[in-house]
Amino acid sequence: MQEVIFTIYESLPYILGGCLVTLACVSVALLIGLTLGVPLAVGQVYGAAPLRFFISTYVWFFRGCPLLVQLYIFFYGIFWPLFELSALASSCIVLGLTSAAYQSQIFRGAIEAIPQGQLKAARALGLRDSNGIGFIVLPQAMRLAIPGWSNEFSILLKDSALIYLLGASDTMARIHQMATTTNMHFAFSLLAGVIYFVITLVGLKLLRGLEQKIHIPGYQKA
Amino acid sequence: MHNENQFQATDSPAELAPAEATAAKSLSEEAAASRRDPALAAVNISKSIGSRLILDNVSVSLARGELKVVIGPSGAGKSTFLQCINGLIPPDTGQVFLEGQSLNMRNKHELRLFRQQVGMIFQDFNLFDHLTALDNVAIALRKVRGMSRQDSEARAMSELERVGLANRARLYPAELSGGQTQRVAFARALAMDPKVLLLDEPTSALDPELVGEVLEVIRYLAKGGMTMLMATHQMDFARALAHEILFMEHGRVIESGSPAELLAAGSGTRTLDFCSRLDLEL
Amino acid sequence: MEIDFLLERILPALNRGVWVTIQLIIPSMLLGFAGGVVLGALRAFGPRWLRRIGDAYTTVIRGVPLIIQLFILYNALPKLGIYLDGFAAAVLGFIMCSAAYHSEYIRGALLSIRQGQLKAAQALGFDKTSMLVSIVIPQALRRALPGCGNEFIYLIKYSSLAYMTTCVDLTSEAMKLAAYTYRFTEIFLVCGVYYLILTSLAAWALNRLEKLAYIPGFGKAK
Repeated sequence: MQEVIFTIYESLPYILGGCLVTLACVSVALLIGLTLGVPLAVGQVYGAAPLRFFISTYVWFFRGCPLLVQLYIFFYGIFWPLFELSALASSCIVLGLTSAAYQSQIFRGAIEAIPQGQLKAARALGLRDSNGIGFIVLPQAMRLAIPGWSNEFSILLKDSALIYLLGASDTMARIHQMATTTNMHFAFSLLAGVIYFVITLVGLKLLRGLEQKIHIPGYQKA
Repeated sequence: MHNENQFQATDSPAELAPAEATAAKSLSEEAAASRRDPALAAVNISKSIGSRLILDNVSVSLARGELKVVIGPSGAGKSTFLQCINGLIPPDTGQVFLEGQSLNMRNKHELRLFRQQVGMIFQDFNLFDHLTALDNVAIALRKVRGMSRQDSEARAMSELERVGLANRARLYPAELSGGQTQRVAFARALAMDPKVLLLDEPTSALDPELVGEVLEVIRYLAKGGMTMLMATHQMDFARALAHEILFMEHGRVIESGSPAELLAAGSGTRTLDFCSRLDLEL
Repeated sequence: MEIDFLLERILPALNRGVWVTIQLIIPSMLLGFAGGVVLGALRAFGPRWLRRIGDAYTTVIRGVPLIIQLFILYNALPKLGIYLDGFAAAVLGFIMCSAAYHSEYIRGALLSIRQGQLKAAQALGFDKTSMLVSIVIPQALRRALPGCGNEFIYLIKYSSLAYMTTCVDLTSEAMKLAAYTYRFTEIFLVCGVYYLILTSLAAWALNRLEKLAYIPGFGKAK
């Protein structure tokens, strides 16, 4: 028992370094997902038929196929042979593309929840549709989307535990490595559980704080 | 199989005009005395929630065919009182009698039998959201009375006809207006052939223009001699149809009497005071 | 991609795998849902201590990546003297995980049933059982259906993590063949198509079910 505790203690700096890799990957993926997800959502709600079809196909593919399979397809099929991208960079992009599909659905739901009258009022004031959407609908929709978005963070964090399969040196990779070299599988797998659990809780707490911060009094209280 | 006798009790005091209300009262007392047992009686009902006393020894007795109205400010305990009578809120002390038979609320089976005979209409309708109007009326006939699907639907249909909603039978609650929803709730309660109806502010969740159609149903039932205890804020209605008004405040019945006594101009009753303020607000 | 390689190597391997995947999914789906109903009901109406335990279980399961749960399960059970083969360990992990996610939807659905309707049923003389069967369950299932349906689709995708317990499912067959032939791209593309077919079929079936269960205006705030 003592030996196990000592080994874990010794390996902590190494594993926590992996946590930074995990967090960096999740942050980049969330950001990619956000920058692609919002236009995808707007396109799916307001776009022309061909655009809507393209977007639904994109969403269908990324939501219908396990992340593991996507990681392999994109890394071995595109990112590595064509651009020699590292495992970590490729993983960030694939996670980001997947997240964009999910986030677009969160934002679409939020946009559709905004009463039609808001955009009509903007048009009646003479705003162009792009401005009406950008300055009236989206700021409201983004607030509505935050709970779903927090959830997306926790899903991405958990999904990122798969990127070690491509050879990225994240939390899971380092846990796996320590478990195999020390042959303390059980202890290290428990440690992994604790680490991911703590990151999830802390992350959700921070996002809840954000939610409070941009809350508009009386909005969505009915 | 229709219990039409219920609506044709010609000797019912409900058919008398409001001007004769005092006479009606003595008549109903006579009727009660002659039949010995009131249709429904609740005696000394008390209820506390936490340290707050919600009901303090409240009693009521309803003769057959009588309509009594409970009024009072919100928070007076009207709704709690009605729900204590059929055990939806278990009273701390007190007794309930149906046709002279004492009810033991601890006995679940007995309580269920009692509830089958005492219908309830709620302020917020409480139709079952996942069932059509027809099924809302039919389901208790099937699940509680054990009727066949066919019989229960035939009976439900005739009840819906009675409240004028036969053409809405296949619609879901969300597709009905508030007034229609409450009328379906009446059909649902009436289908069980209740001996007494408890009405918990049946019109107060309705838009003003929809109140009339629901009051019309209650008026029709009163004319037919249905025994009813109703909490309401509809003073004109109470004045016209009630045999007795109970004025409740802070969990107690403060005043009771015929509308003519309590609402006579210059009578100086709390009831009159309350009603005049109510009129101002409305 | 050469047609021979597809027909002679990829398809036979993946067909073998998809069969295992289906065998993994179906018991996990059924028992996971049943577990979710029990857990959700306990979390909604159980005594306080049971609610606490149920909530804690759900928080932990939702906060830890499934792959780590399988990792722990696979490493921990032998320590307790329980020896499961890879298949059984994977199914157990999937059931434990889906039950937690389903319970969220079931709990929400149960709590969202308007109390007034239960009072109305009591006032009509319903007993507990027929109230549960005629009023509570039909409404709760309808409300939980979209969320639980999504969980089924997630389960299909996350069943790809069964490789962790050395259970040779669709993804593991693809990984094995890829490691042997180094033709990652083709193999995983085809593997992706298999998953897309499975998830699309499930989505189609759930859509049908939702249409069948549709009630005008049900579930919307009045």
